Amino acid sequence: MSTHKESARPGLLGGGQAKQKLLAFASLIALIAVFTVLKPDAFMNRDNIIGILQSTTVIGVLAIASTFIIITSGIDLSVGVLMTFCAVMAGVFMVNLGIPMPLGIVLAIGMGCVCGALSGLAITKLKVPPFIATLGMMMLLKGASLIITNTRPIYFSDVEGFDQIALGSLIGDLIPALPIPNGVLIMFLVAVVCAVVLNKTALGRYTFALGSNEEAVRLSGVNVDRWKVIIYTFAGGICGISGLLIASRLNSAQPALGQGYELDAIAAVVIGGTSLSGGVGTILGTIIGAFIMSVLINGLRIMSVAQEWQMVLTGLIIILAVYTDNLRRNKK
Amino acid sequence: MTQLPASVAPLIEVRNLSKSFPGVRALDNVRFDLCAGEVHALMGENGAGKSTLMKILAGVYRMDGGEVRVDGQAVDIQSPAHAQALTIGIIHQELHLMPHLTAAQNIFLGREPRKAGAWLLDEVRLNEDARALFARLNLHMEPTTRIADLTVAKQQMVEIAKALSFKSRVLIMDEPTAALNNAEIEELFRIIRQLKSEGVGIVYISHKMDEIQRIADRITVMRDGSYIDTVPAHTPMAQVIAMMVGRHLEQADKAIPDTSANEVLLDVRGLNRGRAIRDVSFQVRRGEILGFAGLMGAGRTEVARAVFGADPVDSGEVRVAGVPVRLRSPQDAVNAGIGYLSEDRKHFGLATGMDVAANITLPSLSRWLQWGLFLNKAAIAQVSREMVEKLRIKTPSIHQMSKLLSGGNQQKVVIAKWLVQDCEVLIFDEPTRGIDVGAKSEIYKLLNDLAAQGRAIVVISSELPEVLLLSHRILVMCEGRITGEVRGDEATQESLMELATRREVAAVE
Repeated sequence: MSTHKESARPGLLGGGQAKQKLLAFASLIALIAVFTVLKPDAFMNRDNIIGILQSTTVIGVLAIASTFIIITSGIDLSVGVLMTFCAVMAGVFMVNLGIPMPLGIVLAIGMGCVCGALSGLAITKLKVPPFIATLGMMMLLKGASLIITNTRPIYFSDVEGFDQIALGSLIGDLIPALPIPNGVLIMFLVAVVCAVVLNKTALGRYTFALGSNEEAVRLSGVNVDRWKVIIYTFAGGICGISGLLIASRLNSAQPALGQGYELDAIAAVVIGGTSLSGGVGTILGTIIGAFIMSVLINGLRIMSVAQEWQMVLTGLIIILAVYTDNLRRNKK
Repeated sequence: MTQLPASVAPLIEVRNLSKSFPGVRALDNVRFDLCAGEVHALMGENGAGKSTLMKILAGVYRMDGGEVRVDGQAVDIQSPAHAQALTIGIIHQELHLMPHLTAAQNIFLGREPRKAGAWLLDEVRLNEDARALFARLNLHMEPTTRIADLTVAKQQMVEIAKALSFKSRVLIMDEPTAALNNAEIEELFRIIRQLKSEGVGIVYISHKMDEIQRIADRITVMRDGSYIDTVPAHTPMAQVIAMMVGRHLEQADKAIPDTSANEVLLDVRGLNRGRAIRDVSFQVRRGEILGFAGLMGAGRTEVARAVFGADPVDSGEVRVAGVPVRLRSPQDAVNAGIGYLSEDRKHFGLATGMDVAANITLPSLSRWLQWGLFLNKAAIAQVSREMVEKLRIKTPSIHQMSKLLSGGNQQKVVIAKWLVQDCEVLIFDEPTRGIDVGAKSEIYKLLNDLAAQGRAIVVISSELPEVLLLSHRILVMCEGRITGEVRGDEATQESLMELATRREVAAVE
């Protein structure tokens, strides 16, 4: 009756969707190959590659946050602006209030958690759909950032070592030939931690379960509201990390920045094979999705394709990616 | 194989049909015939391949190999639209209607009559055409009624009317009476007989033996994806069941244990919720199986959901082993040791996109964590395997997606999750709905074992023989109230039906 043929056990970064990641990964490799052939010198050199890595960090981390929300079959439109808000709050804490950097970092990430929790509460307690709740949160936070800063950037010039968070290179200090910026390191660290959370913890299990069948989870006696708030809080904290990364890279908090990043993040998530209808998704896929976007933009720029056309092509790539993913799914 | 009347060319002829899904051979060398004006019942346990066969005929799945002939012509049915063009109509178990559109709009969806050079919809003709269909079926229904305002039975009639609007000569009905009460079943049978007299061939999939004997002409039995035999409908049922399960079924013998001295595990007092639940009080003791009988909509499911905290109540008190439980959320109920198995597994019981192990450990997940944080996958796998073995869940692995299991095995997964959580009070809402005969007796035995282990069991069922077979004590509900209580060994179908229809007018003092 019960044969235990163990098949396709979910791996650390996976969720039993090896094929789908393979497809995304193959597209990334193909993209890199095409640009390498067309522009061997300008594309495939150390500085450009580090540039690509660096430019992926912020969207990559935001996309990781969005992955959690999207797997629950929710959506978070506020991630981009929340990132900016956390950058601004980092400036308020460290520059305006003179709080030491380590504490300032914790507080800035904490602000992300608080905002995430507020979105989560609006969704669960006020029963506002995620799209609307986070749309409202997006507008609210954008306004808040502009009010707090009086629409002017906050500069971190006086905060010793702040720019080293993203721009310093621990690896480069050890291996001078490999000056990979810390921001890249942080992104991969966040990815690994989040993959563990998604696949190895109760939070991750409920993330998938909520996206798969929320009512069945509720009738299993799980406190659905509490877990949703926890998931949005967690994602908010990750947006906070992304806020620190961008503030460090620009050595300033730019209050007008951030809107539109949420859509890039969602694009990276869906290119990586996470389903907008919930229940399916991986962190590795999201990271690959983020790299596909930044390699594409970098390569097109090197080939002197006008920015307008870069947008057109990126749009087509997103639709194509989800189309091929659907084809694969329907074949089953 | 009974001989077909030589003069009649079969509407549908299926020969050597096969179909595979990843890891499963769903159909293997299957044959089937349908003649004009006959009701041909298709029987078999869940997972026998009945639905797969019908979905191939309806164009939902493509066949892998074999031959399908419609009116003697070999065809490869490519899509639902193609099936419609071949005049094959199907009425799925789950109705596919848009609740916010009217009956007429649903029937002619995608084929709306036009006017003004096809620029505008012709709503008047739409309703006239629908009315003509209803007249043909002798149905009293307004074409402009919204689907959401119709009973399930009426919705089903709309589906039948829709199928007829395609001039279907073949009508496939998958468990058509699952949600109907007796009067509605009679109405359905009247329509089936009428269609029959008009020469429509009907494929009738059902688990209910008595219905099939009444309405069908021939029975084809399938088992494990294979064709077993085709017999006349008057074949003794024991023989048909033996063909379905491949062995003879033993009736669970019924001896009611004396539980009157046992501790009261579940104590419900003065439950009220609008018109759905009116002053419901009952007790269940350790080791006891309490049955709830009644017609559809009598309020039994509502009581179960209220006790489980899934729906809010106006008033009432629930105690488990003497301790009051707040009726605020299922979480409160689960913490108090109450488990609820919904009648609708797909929507409320299973996270179908997740694997068997994840579903089995869903309510009890906090017990499978290391340092309160990380999933202990080894322990989860072990307990899941134990449950798979204990309940004989048919699955290639504990990592199989639950949506790929058959209905009976899905139900076992849901039972397993409450057993792992170690709930002392288990409420089964239609525990064998859509489950085949062989699996049914397994689940009956399981319920008896659970009671014998000292749990308190509540069983809600619309099938009177099931209530009679299982229950030590039976409560009957009608219109939200409890209208009577009968001992399990004294109750008869007649006495329960009498209580189930005792409406309030008769009870006013």
